[in-house]
Amino acid sequence: MLGKLSWAAIPLDQPIPMIASGMVGLVIAGVLGLILMKGWLPYLWREWITSVDHKHIGIMYCLLALVMLLRGFTDAIMMRSQQALAFQSEGFLPPEHYNQIFSAHGTLMIFFVAMPFVIGLMNFAMPLQLGARDVAFPTLNSVSFWLTATGALLVNISLVVGEFARTGWLPYPPLSGIAYSPGVGVDYYLWALQISSVGTLLSGINLVTTVLKIHAPGMTYLRMPIFCWTTLASNLLIVAAFPILTATLSMLLLDRYLGFHFFTNEAGGNVMMFMNLIWAWGHPEVYILILPAFGIFSEVISTFSGKPIFGYRSMVMATMAICILAFMVWLHHFYTMGAGGDVNGIFGIATMIIAVPTGVKVFNWLFTMYGGRIVYSSPMLWAIGFMVTFVLGGMTGVLLAVPPADFVLHNSLFLVAHFHNVIIGGVLFGSFAGYNYWFPKAFGFRLHDGLGKAAFWFWIVGFYVAFMPLYVLGLMGMTRRMQHYDVPEWRPWLLIAAFGAALILTGIILQIVQLVVSIRQRDQLRDETGDPWNGRSLEWATSSPPPAFNFAVLPRIEGEEAYWGIKQQAQRQANLGEEPEYEAIEMPTNSPTGFICAFFATFLGFALIWHIWWLVGLSMLGAVVTFMVFAWRDTVEYVIPAEEVARIDRANRRARSKALVLAHPAALTPVA
Amino acid sequence: MSTKPDQAPRTRPYSPSLLPWAARCGLVLAVVVLAGCQPAVLDPRGTVGLAQRSILIDSVAIMLAIVVPTILAIFGFGWWFRASNTKARYLPDFAYSGRIEVVTWAIPLLVIFLLGGVAWIGSHDLDPARPLASDVEPLEIQVVSLDWKWLFIYPDQNVAAVNQLVVPAGVPLHFSLTSGSVMNAFFIPQLGSMIYTMNGMTTQLNLIADQPGVFRGLSSHYSGDGFADMNFQVRAVPADQFAAWAGTTRNAGPSLTPATYAELNKQSIKVAPFTYREVDPGMFSKIVSQELPPGPGPDSTQANNSVSPKTAR
Repeated sequence: MLGKLSWAAIPLDQPIPMIASGMVGLVIAGVLGLILMKGWLPYLWREWITSVDHKHIGIMYCLLALVMLLRGFTDAIMMRSQQALAFQSEGFLPPEHYNQIFSAHGTLMIFFVAMPFVIGLMNFAMPLQLGARDVAFPTLNSVSFWLTATGALLVNISLVVGEFARTGWLPYPPLSGIAYSPGVGVDYYLWALQISSVGTLLSGINLVTTVLKIHAPGMTYLRMPIFCWTTLASNLLIVAAFPILTATLSMLLLDRYLGFHFFTNEAGGNVMMFMNLIWAWGHPEVYILILPAFGIFSEVISTFSGKPIFGYRSMVMATMAICILAFMVWLHHFYTMGAGGDVNGIFGIATMIIAVPTGVKVFNWLFTMYGGRIVYSSPMLWAIGFMVTFVLGGMTGVLLAVPPADFVLHNSLFLVAHFHNVIIGGVLFGSFAGYNYWFPKAFGFRLHDGLGKAAFWFWIVGFYVAFMPLYVLGLMGMTRRMQHYDVPEWRPWLLIAAFGAALILTGIILQIVQLVVSIRQRDQLRDETGDPWNGRSLEWATSSPPPAFNFAVLPRIEGEEAYWGIKQQAQRQANLGEEPEYEAIEMPTNSPTGFICAFFATFLGFALIWHIWWLVGLSMLGAVVTFMVFAWRDTVEYVIPAEEVARIDRANRRARSKALVLAHPAALTPVA
Repeated sequence: MSTKPDQAPRTRPYSPSLLPWAARCGLVLAVVVLAGCQPAVLDPRGTVGLAQRSILIDSVAIMLAIVVPTILAIFGFGWWFRASNTKARYLPDFAYSGRIEVVTWAIPLLVIFLLGGVAWIGSHDLDPARPLASDVEPLEIQVVSLDWKWLFIYPDQNVAAVNQLVVPAGVPLHFSLTSGSVMNAFFIPQLGSMIYTMNGMTTQLNLIADQPGVFRGLSSHYSGDGFADMNFQVRAVPADQFAAWAGTTRNAGPSLTPATYAELNKQSIKVAPFTYREVDPGMFSKIVSQELPPGPGPDSTQANNSVSPKTAR
């Protein structure tokens, strides 16, 4: 009846997962209780859960990422403390548990922190920057988000029911095959990723289509902000690379469930094929994550320097070059497989070539700052921190691209330090910059800047204290994923690294405090104009938070930096121009399709993991029926009447005119 | 990093004494730090490791030539062009300069030309499968990674050892490697290159220990619950002592046969080093060809095996 599931699946004898999940359970129950007591459920259902508004979906993606960041960071703290303690002893985590923790840490941080964070920010900002009313396929967008949430939920269920994979964040066979990992851990990993990857692929298709097809009039490709270009490049990579991941994991699933032999030791299975396939997805994945961050930094540096981005066309070219080259370097993840000098040499050079467009980007940001008037609000601090940190991470990356150097550094803590250097220093710092930068656009008030800066300093100092020792440890021959060790020279460095993790923890706590304080002081931090940073692209042309339809009247774009141009003109003429003629706007209706689909997908995944076949059938049927109901819907859109549009837009125009008058006292023309 | 030298890179040059001073300080600091922590990779004891160290250091030096000025420029521009600095010139429309663009594309390209050469030549010269140049006939060693220990077979001496590797110093070592179960990587940091071990396949590795010494060897590819204990001691001894070791080994201990191998191939952790007095002919090729089947994985008779298997310790 319940397949492999029984009470024995719950690790009652292990206090750490039990206490952790008990606490999480309490928090969830508390939040649900609060929602029910306060009667927020109808509001949440209407405005968020069934919303197909790209802004709300983007915000939910970011929220998912932030919550999962706490979970992934808890794993990180446990790893650092285990390695700090486990010198010539077992520490406090036995291998079965420790191995789950580093596997879960990597899986969560890549798939459920970094991915949703950048996808959320792209979802939120890109349509606004293009002058669009929504993404190309709004309901599909909601489906994407909820499937991602399903994946995250499955990974977290594994904490209480059964186990998570003990095979690392990429489950190399034959270790991940059924012979060596007969438990449910790898199945949790595989189904969580299969389901969320479908969401990611759909989101990629959606965002590519949006960038290519949905523009305000006059927004030609070479007038798009850099962030839209990096969104395009990143999502093109998603569309091209994620099917590889799905296919590879499917093959592993066939091996595990139906006795196939793609990657087994026996019967002609080939583990080297898995490595090639997984990295043919895995290396583009790195650029899927970093390209949106590059885009955010381009926006932030240009805005806070009060200048257009330097070398716009170079930036576009570099972005698209990275997009293509990302597919040509996967082999550098396994030089040590012994492919020979020619193969390794070619992939080494190909890898280095990516450093050229990346280097160009760094120089272009540098020259964007040159001649600027740099305002150091917290997004800009993250940007400067990124530039310095990323240059160092890039250097160690190119070093690892030299095959003979990689032969002694591969899989060591040097490698671990390198990829944290670029992923924390690049993707995470970028996401934090974007979070601080677009928060006022999303909610109408700024985040507390002082606390944001304090969080930044703890994060960056903590990062260096936590990860520079890992470079040294790598040079000392310490390999990754060690549950314990007996080399006394390693210990001091691991203690320093643990202290660094504590500093980062302080940074995270300060970020939570920043959010709470900002919400409480929202009236002081309110931004009425919709343009708190003196922005240059279109998202700042509408109110904060933007209305459901984003723009009352689609702006007409006359050049690069669309909003800067409009603003300049308004300042020259000392007024906002004639009030436009408002028309009724059609917007897509809300749909619970995504949520219900994900509801069934969660049961589907769980049932597949535990071999509960009747539930597999039932939940698949449920998902299909949900889709049919959606496909047969009668109303697709609802109409916002012209008067309503006018009412909303006039309030924003009033606030903007006031700001214009304050900034330019000459502008005294009364607002229509 | 000091923020001192960042003042005004455009309007006045760095004071001439400052940069070399910073560089010298950094170098001294790096040497002190690294000397204090016995960095295995930077303290190689064999030709291969020495060559790799020099590639490592050269590559870093080439890159630092561009990384250091870039970081200084980030701090410099960031400081000088701060909004509160009234002396800085504001160029709100400065967004393109053909000359700067040429330079920004050219600098990384030139560096990559140089480093690409290093990578290309290095990956051929130091290809793990490439025999080392030496007048001495290389010693053959066959390596099998198991769950979770290392088996070293000396086909010419017809002996074998578990979790300890004794080699003659000054003699090139030719390793043929495979795995009896899951993937691992064979790595002796002070001798150089690591290489994967994979079931059903053979990889090749050539190393040498220039002088006698004791080194740490390990698995550098995660392989499951017993991974952290997959270490072995490497003893490089003078050639005559090696011959003596092989002689004594031949006199005692069990012999490696398909039956004892099957026993050894079961999962076990922290296996104390021991030796086999003789080895059945063709053991290694039988492991590679899977005539001797791969390791069985976790004990399938335990209660929770299909949910969350435990490893016996």
